[in-house]
Amino acid sequence: MKPPPVGYSRPASVAEALTTLAALGPEAKILAGGQSLVPLMSMRLAAPAHLVDINRLADLSYVRHDAGQVRVGALARHAQVLASPSATVQPLLAKALRHVAHPAIRNRGTTVGSIVHAYPAAEMPAVLALLGGSVRLVSASGERLVSASDFFLGVLESAAEPGELATEVAFPVLPPRAGTGFAEISRRRGDYAICGVAAMVRLAADGTVDDARAAYLSVGPCPQVLDLTEKLAGVAPGAVSLSAAVQLVRERVDPEPDIHATADYRRHLAGVLTERALLESLGEAAGEPKGEAA
Amino acid sequence: MTKPEELHEVAMTVNGATRTARVPARRLLSDCLRHDLGLTGTHVGCEHGVCGACTILLDGAPVRSCLLLAVSADGAKITTVEGLAEPDGSLSAVQQAFTECHGLQCGFCTPGFLTTITAGLRAVPEPTDDQIREMVGGNLCRCTGYQNIVASVRRAAQIQRDRAGRP
Amino acid sequence: MSSMFGASVQRVEDDRLLRGHGAYLDDLGGDALAVAFARSPHAHARITDIDVSAALDVPGLVAIYTYEDLPPKLAEPLPLLIPHPSLTHGRTPYPLARTEVNHVGEPVAMVVATDRYLAEDAADLIDISYEPLPPVVGLGNARQADHLVHEDVPGNVAANAVQKHGDTAAEIAAAPHVLEIDLEIERSASTPLEGRGVLASWDPHAKRLRLWTSTQTSTGVRAAVAAKLGLDLADVDVITPDVGGGFGVKIVHPWPEEVLVPWAARLLGQPVKFTEDRREHFIASAHERAQQHHVTVGFDDEGRILGLDVRFWHDNGAYVPYGLIVPIVTSTQLLGPYKARAYRVEFDSLYTNTVLVTPYRGAGRPHGCFVMERTIDAIAAALHLDRTVVRERNFIQPDEMPYDQGLIFQDGRPLIYDSGDYPALLAKLKELVGWDEFAAAKDAAAAQGRRLGIGLACYVEGTGVGPYEGGHVVVETSGKVKVATGLTSQGQGHQTVLAQLVADELGVRLEDVEVVTGDTRRFGYAVGTFASRTAVMSGSAVTLAARKAKEKAIRVAADALEVSPADLVIADGIVQVKGDPDSGIALGTVAVLSNPLRYAFDEAAKAATQFAGGDISRPPVAPDDEPGIEGRAYFSPVRSTFAAGMHAAIVETDPDTAEVKILRYCVVHDCGRLINPQIVEGQIHGGVAQGVGGALYERMAYDESGQLQNASFMDFLMPYVSEVPQRIEIDHLETPSPLNPLGIKGAGEAGVIPGAAVLAAAIEDAEQILIRSMPISPSDLFELRRAHGQEEALS
Repeated sequence: MKPPPVGYSRPASVAEALTTLAALGPEAKILAGGQSLVPLMSMRLAAPAHLVDINRLADLSYVRHDAGQVRVGALARHAQVLASPSATVQPLLAKALRHVAHPAIRNRGTTVGSIVHAYPAAEMPAVLALLGGSVRLVSASGERLVSASDFFLGVLESAAEPGELATEVAFPVLPPRAGTGFAEISRRRGDYAICGVAAMVRLAADGTVDDARAAYLSVGPCPQVLDLTEKLAGVAPGAVSLSAAVQLVRERVDPEPDIHATADYRRHLAGVLTERALLESLGEAAGEPKGEAA
Repeated sequence: MTKPEELHEVAMTVNGATRTARVPARRLLSDCLRHDLGLTGTHVGCEHGVCGACTILLDGAPVRSCLLLAVSADGAKITTVEGLAEPDGSLSAVQQAFTECHGLQCGFCTPGFLTTITAGLRAVPEPTDDQIREMVGGNLCRCTGYQNIVASVRRAAQIQRDRAGRP
Repeated sequence: MSSMFGASVQRVEDDRLLRGHGAYLDDLGGDALAVAFARSPHAHARITDIDVSAALDVPGLVAIYTYEDLPPKLAEPLPLLIPHPSLTHGRTPYPLARTEVNHVGEPVAMVVATDRYLAEDAADLIDISYEPLPPVVGLGNARQADHLVHEDVPGNVAANAVQKHGDTAAEIAAAPHVLEIDLEIERSASTPLEGRGVLASWDPHAKRLRLWTSTQTSTGVRAAVAAKLGLDLADVDVITPDVGGGFGVKIVHPWPEEVLVPWAARLLGQPVKFTEDRREHFIASAHERAQQHHVTVGFDDEGRILGLDVRFWHDNGAYVPYGLIVPIVTSTQLLGPYKARAYRVEFDSLYTNTVLVTPYRGAGRPHGCFVMERTIDAIAAALHLDRTVVRERNFIQPDEMPYDQGLIFQDGRPLIYDSGDYPALLAKLKELVGWDEFAAAKDAAAAQGRRLGIGLACYVEGTGVGPYEGGHVVVETSGKVKVATGLTSQGQGHQTVLAQLVADELGVRLEDVEVVTGDTRRFGYAVGTFASRTAVMSGSAVTLAARKAKEKAIRVAADALEVSPADLVIADGIVQVKGDPDSGIALGTVAVLSNPLRYAFDEAAKAATQFAGGDISRPPVAPDDEPGIEGRAYFSPVRSTFAAGMHAAIVETDPDTAEVKILRYCVVHDCGRLINPQIVEGQIHGGVAQGVGGALYERMAYDESGQLQNASFMDFLMPYVSEVPQRIEIDHLETPSPLNPLGIKGAGEAGVIPGAAVLAAAIEDAEQILIRSMPISPSDLFELRRAHGQEEALS
């Protein structure tokens, strides 16, 4: 399984990358981590005419936080984000990243790359969608910010256009009195999820639930975000009953079957994992140390 | 006849020595190491990044060489299984542990485990069993059932302690 | 010097493998041309046209071959390796498809180029026109036979075979209780980490072929390739390099590639190498696939089996080059450690438009074990008896050995168990897992809302299958001992284990013994590595060969020392008078003395030259003797020797997610005397992992058009460390084999055989839902729960 012939450029700056991308148009694919692209090329399922290798753009290898966002540059590897102190202001990042493949993949694959790849069974697109983050797309003719809700268009389809380089993804930090949770079931440890849930809950000043939402992996062509607030609003974390929320989820998600799981099993798991992710979120929001029973 | 592919110069430090090659862009790093540089210790089991047999250390971190283009590795510092032995030629702690604990059978997956564990023990010299399983959790082995591989990691940590004169 | 037998010595193979100095097939032949294939994308189709013109443009292209290019011998179907009277409609493939393709992946055109990348480019550009035909996928469709895989095979039936002893119909009719059960098991495939590969080099001056291939049988390949290329055996060398796992798939030979590559090498006058990639391994090697069984069992109030009737259907894929071994093994090993008053087994082996089915570790025993053990559990459930009690009541007893099951085994010989103590094995297993204490643990867990279950499964394995193996032992003048045997190694530590045996027999240090396997230049008569036979067959052969060498050495030394041979022993490589090491001669020197020389090539050799002494009244080499200290011996047992084992597992099933967790996995195992206990345990560990993989994770998923949907490691779920038990608890029993000089039995397949059976039993115990189809995933369990109306599953 060897890739087909391909052209190759390795720009030394973002500006050079953009000029190259503009010149090549739809024929070009960006090579960052390559953990998704290279196997597709080896299997000859993808045959871009030209690769623009951005691994020299060291300026893009940052993880920082400011103004309420955790900003992850295009070249920041998953492992780097996982280990970054800047990422701790949004605990959901580490919770989800731990489930991304295996350490060797995380050492090379990039979080931005995973988001642009837009595979619905991947963790980070769902996290971005849940948190309402955004993607900065830059091209020779300017730049634009695309919100998560507009970014994922279908299986392996994102809003990024030919000629555009995603230079950064921004994840909103965890607000006060909020908590997150992440739960996933895969067949083997590290596999793509059969079903996964990222959740966030925010409490009002009186300690009752003010906002609750969850995003789902592997239940549709794009990450699906569900607002569960109405099923939990006004209730204190210790007194919350999740069964109405779970039922709502099961009514709303419409997964497909595949060789690993039936649609009904996935739908069932969506409910089970929503409960787990919400419990984790409620516990964190209520300020309980991780690992203690509510 | 179709034009032959453009070749790119690649220079890497491999096991401490500067190595160069002229390769097409599509040449996988695994093939470059094995066939252009003659370092056949790194093995190819799947070419889709799942089995881990091709794992090498890139600037000290385990990565799948089958998922890297050789051109992307230009300028990198690479360690393969051939570079793990001690400077005096004796087996490293990890290699020694594997033979003591019968951690290999056919040996095909072994180079990927050795590089992974070498880096893993550098990062976490005294891993718990759970940390060991996390460390080797992305490498497939069909022969050993992993029992003796886990035992080898425990033993390697012990040997490292002994060699460093630590209790 | 302590004995090597029974010692867990570190392996001699390890040092170079750990340093990355292994020599696997793809590591060789750096100057060889590369090969890729255009393979069928259809499960069943007629080839209407092959147009290579677009491929001719690819730089580095050397040649493209199709069926029309093949000379007469290569243009015939590949050999049917194991004929059998019941195999009335055996079909094998052509090396390159002739007019029809019968599975996705079947090779149609061969491309030779300067490297694999370019070869794949060219293969992609070959334009092959197909007329698709209706594919036959799955046993249901094969049996229904609305469509045929091969036009001249009615009903898609390659073979129908029956074996029996006693009158099953009568026994069942008269039995107090009768159960009918349908059982289905879908297995998977060997999937070693290294795929297949072959490298060929033709010497045009000597007109000799040298072939390296990642095989389990170098002599098998040699014979087949020589036949296909019209060469004498003496003009073909086959060398097995380091092999990255076999597990059965590499016993098949000759693969199309194994005859095409040497043929191309000879034609082109350059070395040619083929290394298969992972996708090719999935669609062009072999699987071990589905069987459906219908069981009717009659039993008494005590649970004793009176009549057992098993009817099953075996999916053999598109062709049967390896014959009926898998279903024959199922048929004959199904009874396991039990006796049945009457037993009848009948199977149909059916074609489907899928990849070949050939043995994978266990080779039909896992299927048979699954059927028998689920049946016994069903009997126990029907009678409300403990599952171990029913087994005990049906065991063949130790004093009934040797026990004739009245069937013909896969070696063509009567199925007679030579030795074994099944009651003792079961007692050990119950002790190890805490069988009698489990009920209380289960109840305690249930009180906390946890579901635990326990299962056990027993099997018997005919090992050390013939016809023979041979060994050659040579003592060099340096004192080093060179050993050769013809079968091959894929990681089992043969070079170590066989060296241990020779070191012991000959009285030398382990580090002075070097073993070569699988090289026809070193040993030309052999069968191959499969069916857990190496220790028994080659172990016995090299031991006997070493014994001959020892006797010769002692005789020569006795002459030189002027003592009686009976007074001499060999210890630490010195032939010495018992208890007097300083009196001795080094074995290397004895080797010098054994070869009367005219020319002294070094200092030591002077002692053997014509003026150095010796009895001048006799010829230098006696009429019935030979120069040198060598021994050559063959071992050919009258039949297989029977190992046995029993596994128990405790699982926990998640009430919400239906995931299955293995809490404990226990093995008790009898492979006779152990040569290297650490290596045996390693074999068990690996087998257990494959058993767990096959029970809970691995399944070849074909869609109805015959496309393999999971032809990669991403979706074909071989277990990582996280999926196997964290501990495998092992206890041993040794009932030595009376059928070989060492008292050993095979150990290679033991770990995998009862995997599906024991886990099905444990899950059934936890869930109280009948588990009759394996493998089982959490999704499968969830759907089973729903089908059984378990309310919790819907919440």
